[in-house]
Amino acid sequence: MQATIALAGNPNSGKTTLFNALTGARQHVGNYPGVTVEKKEGLCTAGNCTVHIVDLPGTYSLTAYSQEEMVAREYLAQERPDMVIDTLDASNLERHLYLVVQLLEMGLPLVLALNMVDVAKARGMEIDSDRLSQILGVPVIPTIARTGKGKQELLRTATDLASTMLIRKPLHISYGADLDQAILEMESLIKDGLFLDGFYNTRWVAIKYLENDEDIISRGQKANPVLSGKLQVIAARVSAHVGATLNMDPESLIADYRWGFIRSVMHQGIITRANDSDRLYLSDKIDKVLTNRFAGPLIMLGILFGLYQIVFTYSATPVGWMEGLFGWLSDTASAVIPPGMLQSLVVSGIIDGVGGVMGFVPLIMFMFLGIAIMEDTGYLARVAYMLDRVFKSFGLHGSSVMAYVVSGGIAGGCAVPGVMATRTLRSPKERLATLLTAPYMNCGAKLPVFALLIAAFFPAHEALMMFGITLLAWTGALIAAKILRMTVLRGESTPFVMELPPYRLPTFRGLATHTWERTWQYAKKAGTVILAISILLWVIMTFPGLPDQQAAQFEDMRQQAAASYPAIAAQELENAGDGAELSESAQSLAQAIAVIDSREAQAALRYSVAGKIGGSLEGVTKWAGFDWRTNIALVGGFAAKEVVVSALSTAYSLGETDPEEYQTLSQTLSRESSWSPAVALALIIFTMFYAPCFVTVICIVRESGSWKWGAFSVIFNTAVAFALAVIVYQTGSFLGY
Amino acid sequence: MKTICMRHMKQKQAGIITAVKANGELGRRIRDMGLVPGTRVMVQGRAPLYDPVALRVGDFTLTLRNNEADLIEVDVA
Repeated sequence: MQATIALAGNPNSGKTTLFNALTGARQHVGNYPGVTVEKKEGLCTAGNCTVHIVDLPGTYSLTAYSQEEMVAREYLAQERPDMVIDTLDASNLERHLYLVVQLLEMGLPLVLALNMVDVAKARGMEIDSDRLSQILGVPVIPTIARTGKGKQELLRTATDLASTMLIRKPLHISYGADLDQAILEMESLIKDGLFLDGFYNTRWVAIKYLENDEDIISRGQKANPVLSGKLQVIAARVSAHVGATLNMDPESLIADYRWGFIRSVMHQGIITRANDSDRLYLSDKIDKVLTNRFAGPLIMLGILFGLYQIVFTYSATPVGWMEGLFGWLSDTASAVIPPGMLQSLVVSGIIDGVGGVMGFVPLIMFMFLGIAIMEDTGYLARVAYMLDRVFKSFGLHGSSVMAYVVSGGIAGGCAVPGVMATRTLRSPKERLATLLTAPYMNCGAKLPVFALLIAAFFPAHEALMMFGITLLAWTGALIAAKILRMTVLRGESTPFVMELPPYRLPTFRGLATHTWERTWQYAKKAGTVILAISILLWVIMTFPGLPDQQAAQFEDMRQQAAASYPAIAAQELENAGDGAELSESAQSLAQAIAVIDSREAQAALRYSVAGKIGGSLEGVTKWAGFDWRTNIALVGGFAAKEVVVSALSTAYSLGETDPEEYQTLSQTLSRESSWSPAVALALIIFTMFYAPCFVTVICIVRESGSWKWGAFSVIFNTAVAFALAVIVYQTGSFLGY
Repeated sequence: MKTICMRHMKQKQAGIITAVKANGELGRRIRDMGLVPGTRVMVQGRAPLYDPVALRVGDFTLTLRNNEADLIEVDVA
């Protein structure tokens, strides 16, 4: 036998913990079609029954104002799971019953998991689950998801009940004389017209029309415009009447009656409280310190900074391993594949490109672990609470801070996990504004560019410049967010009606699943996309090769250089293996040849597609002081910002340069006549604000659910960055810098 | 019986909600959390910049911005 069970419940009800306890490792994470809401599914067995469990998004209600609620409601109505398990927090039962009431009204087959009974007990609450079950007419099973207690009984009850195929009568709540009469009237119309039949029960549809539920009304209009119109007329009539007599809209009235029903249930001795002491005593004590007016912000800064320190310190070693692994792969490939195009493609194109992204995986894993800890303990909600006032003035939300910090708000983060961290934001407009501006922060890959330019042009003010750059990134991001929220993302700020969950010790399993899921998604997506883009980048920087004639010229130059040295030196160089001790003249010959090689590389790059792009952009970019070399570097920086420094050094014919060792390049730049402090500053500004790297763009597309926003971030950011760079360069040049 | 706007409630002051004047999405969110007439609330604290406010409602804590609290009337007698 097979059964599908949907897991519903409020956020913070332990629903995810229960899902993990039931399914173990047998789960699959995907998305609901068309939206970015995560869909988790898993399998487990109960007796001889294979149970397919679907974890619905956590919601407080089933009114359809958020994506999560829409998804949950749609799933329940359209897919008709064999059973719904609603997870309740026993220590906070009253609020959790609001969702239960709505599930009962929909007439869904339901079992309640009365979760966290241990926590309730610790707070001196005894809950009569049998009594609750009797009143509501559905089974109530006490569970402790953290330890797995009660999960077998829960599963057995759910599958047994599903197999009886017994149809439970939907719950009828009285909504007062006015509404009840209208509901009856609408119900008979709905029944006669077979309106929206098969998916929803008639009374529920009537209530939704009274609640003015946009989703159901638009469905109704599509299915039967005439009948839908009739229902709307009735709803409008009731609404006018209720408005005139009670000064309320039907929607509020319905909510009030639902809560009234819940209170009447609670009054029937469901909970016995052992003492009258404050049940959230410990959490309140902690909050007294952690959200204190003075200590709170300081502790928060300390925790954020500490998180950041831990992430970047402890991930250094595994990042090193990854680099080592890809270095080894690169060496092996060089040894196995003969020199030539194929070797260049595999080593410079594929391995370096993919390695560059995979190298981030450990860092991202640590970052996600850190976020998961803050989330699961309940601290993240406090951070949002403390900072909301500041972020609100820029059209953002308190929870935006996490995305900023992770992206490099404290210089050196990464925008990829930063963009992913916006998942904790529940409001779509603030979330978009956050994920579009978070890439302005100074991620670890931008830092070498800044370090290079500062060392070359502002050597006396290094610390001050770095601090200024960090401030500038924050200012830019917040202002850009404000502008976005006043233009393309205009709209009222989403209410900050948020639960401050009691502090909890996170479970190891919860942390591990959280971290693993997010890391794996990053590696999978970024890995495939970056492979394609690395190959593309390699192609445009390699083809077309130098014409034979020019290549021959460089070969001639090498020959001549060799001829100007004693024959014995050339011989020695030819026979010498790697790292062999060379005589003085052979060494000097090797250097001369290296200089010619890098000149050839420079010429080849200028001749390649990338060089031509860089050259053709010069007409525009000269306004910001950028020549074709800088342009190539910036185009490459779109693949990954790490490329900027290495492409610059190739363009300035310095041969291969490690981004970390930029001294030679910075000396070259400071001597170049086309460079000046004004150019350097313009380039710093441009690098900070222009298009996010490709992986980030992919993440923006994924998180926003549309290519439109990915394209927007590329175009908008580059336009802003260019405008700023031109202003800086022109002003700087005018002032004589 | 003294009815005031929730924004003007003091730290640790408790009262019973008498009216919620919010509608639309804000109204829904507020009601979904059980902030309806007849519910007892207590001001648990305020954020460092005095906004938002943390409320104790039944067995949990809820945050609300001041301009959102403006729409809720509380009987604090």
